[in-house]
Amino acid sequence: MSGILVFAEQREGKLNRVTYEAVVAGQRLSASLSQPLSVVLLGSGVDAIAQELATKKADNVYLVDNEHLKNYTPDGFSLAMRQAIEQLQPSYVLLSHTYLVRDFAPKLATSMGKSLIADCVGYKLDGSKLTLVRQIFQGKINADVSVHDSAPVLISFQAGAFRGDDIEAGSASVKSLAVTLSADQIRLEPQELFREAKQSVDLTQSKIIVSVGRGIKSQENIAVVEKLATALEADIGASRPICDSGWLPMDRQIGSSGQTVAPKLYLAVGISGAIQHVVGMKNASTIVAINKDANAPIFDIADFGIVGDLFELVPAIVDEVEKAKAEG
Amino acid sequence: MKIIVCVKQVPSRDAILRINETGNWIQDRDIAYDTNEPDAYAVEEALQIKEKLGGEVVICSLGPERVQMVIKEALAKGADRAIHICDPALDNLDALGQARAMAEVISKEGFDLVFTGLQSDDYGFAQTGVILGELLGVPSATIAMAVEADEASKTVRVKRELEAGWFQWYKLPMPASISIQSGLNQPRYATLKGIMNAKKKEIRKVTLADLSLNAELLSSKQRIEKVYFPVKSKKTEIIDGSAKEAAAKLVNKLKQMRAL
Repeated sequence: MSGILVFAEQREGKLNRVTYEAVVAGQRLSASLSQPLSVVLLGSGVDAIAQELATKKADNVYLVDNEHLKNYTPDGFSLAMRQAIEQLQPSYVLLSHTYLVRDFAPKLATSMGKSLIADCVGYKLDGSKLTLVRQIFQGKINADVSVHDSAPVLISFQAGAFRGDDIEAGSASVKSLAVTLSADQIRLEPQELFREAKQSVDLTQSKIIVSVGRGIKSQENIAVVEKLATALEADIGASRPICDSGWLPMDRQIGSSGQTVAPKLYLAVGISGAIQHVVGMKNASTIVAINKDANAPIFDIADFGIVGDLFELVPAIVDEVEKAKAEG
Repeated sequence: MKIIVCVKQVPSRDAILRINETGNWIQDRDIAYDTNEPDAYAVEEALQIKEKLGGEVVICSLGPERVQMVIKEALAKGADRAIHICDPALDNLDALGQARAMAEVISKEGFDLVFTGLQSDDYGFAQTGVILGELLGVPSATIAMAVEADEASKTVRVKRELEAGWFQWYKLPMPASISIQSGLNQPRYATLKGIMNAKKKEIRKVTLADLSLNAELLSSKQRIEKVYFPVKSKKTEIIDGSAKEAAAKLVNKLKQMRAL
């Protein structure tokens, strides 16, 4: 077995850009291990995407075109990927840890008696020995994970683990790869994609956002950060648990399942900085974090951090902002 | 309707974590534990379906003696009985190994639906529900924001959350394995009466001796060698002092940077 195989993700005929991050990982691993790089694309009528992928540096782009892959199902994708892997015999299979991959990759791995090393943020290579880096405890701690599985080893990488911009251009040859699927193997019936009622708050245009997380402890305490938002003429945002609890409406949610924002100033109050939140706000120009846990991952991406009790700090900041405004 | 809900106990989200002496895990004594958050939503979803359709909710939890705390909490909320898979040989297995133990127990038990939370706070594999589906030979769906079971047609409709605000309904034949996203319901609190009733409910213990897993199936294919606090990628300026001092310094800095 030899070679790196990267899973390319498309939905509704559009390439998920995060695929390029996995391709970057594949290009680097391919160079370090001197193994060929292939990309595999599953779908129906997605030739254009295969051509797009072929403009990147890789040996082959395999197009698995099958009517049973037109609409994504974990059954169809898992069965097709397994057949692709059996035909191509790669030593590593790389995927991006998207919602779609989370839905089928553990099934694929299990069907082959393998353990998917999921949601990795990087890798270390010592000769040909690969160690994966994973986040545990919601990003508070990293773990080096060794592999005790026979080839192929299945690995998924977190969004942002590699930069899609680092992708090397090239020209790969597009080849088609046949798989055998039948309707009775697909047990799930997918229906149309839809969005919930239109979001009424557009935080993508905000200049300043005061964002609140679990550290606020109760709905009554939301008023504490609202005062800060008023003083700063900022919009209020929130991490997922705050909206899940109904303390703020869903359209205030920032992160992978909410809005992606890039304001001039982002104040994260009582937000630990789990990756699901960070992906939605890491592009803010200036990030301020206030948290009582000095090890909270939010401090890793903050420009300024204050470790302490938000119930003391936030009112003090409000006072200072008012003072500064009065001074003009 | 018989629903098995897999519940995991994890360190509380506000627990201050320290690394153990051997550097390969956290110091797991003397810290507070909680029910893994999405699992609490999974329990609630199962209880609501049972209240609508009747049937039974069975909790399945794997872990040391202390996990009885989260089992009892689920029983106090209204689950009917529980299975506690308790054996030190299983504690540090990867998701596949632990799921194999759970699948054997669940398969003997029989079920219409298996619920898991979509991800655990500790290892964060986000795989158990899908692996269980495969091992049990039933279809699976993940990141569920709504579950509508229909006994007459033996099907379940699942509203799946996709990325960037998109959703999609999937219809699955039952039995099925579904992983539940946080926020799809409002988990109830246990009542005093519930807590009293829970004392009479069965918690069946299962050990390795009750399972037919051989040593090969019980060795992790991925192992943690070392844990450590991540190296910061960005230079963060930590502002210290009393609340008042820190606030004044921060506002001053933001003014200088014209961020205000």
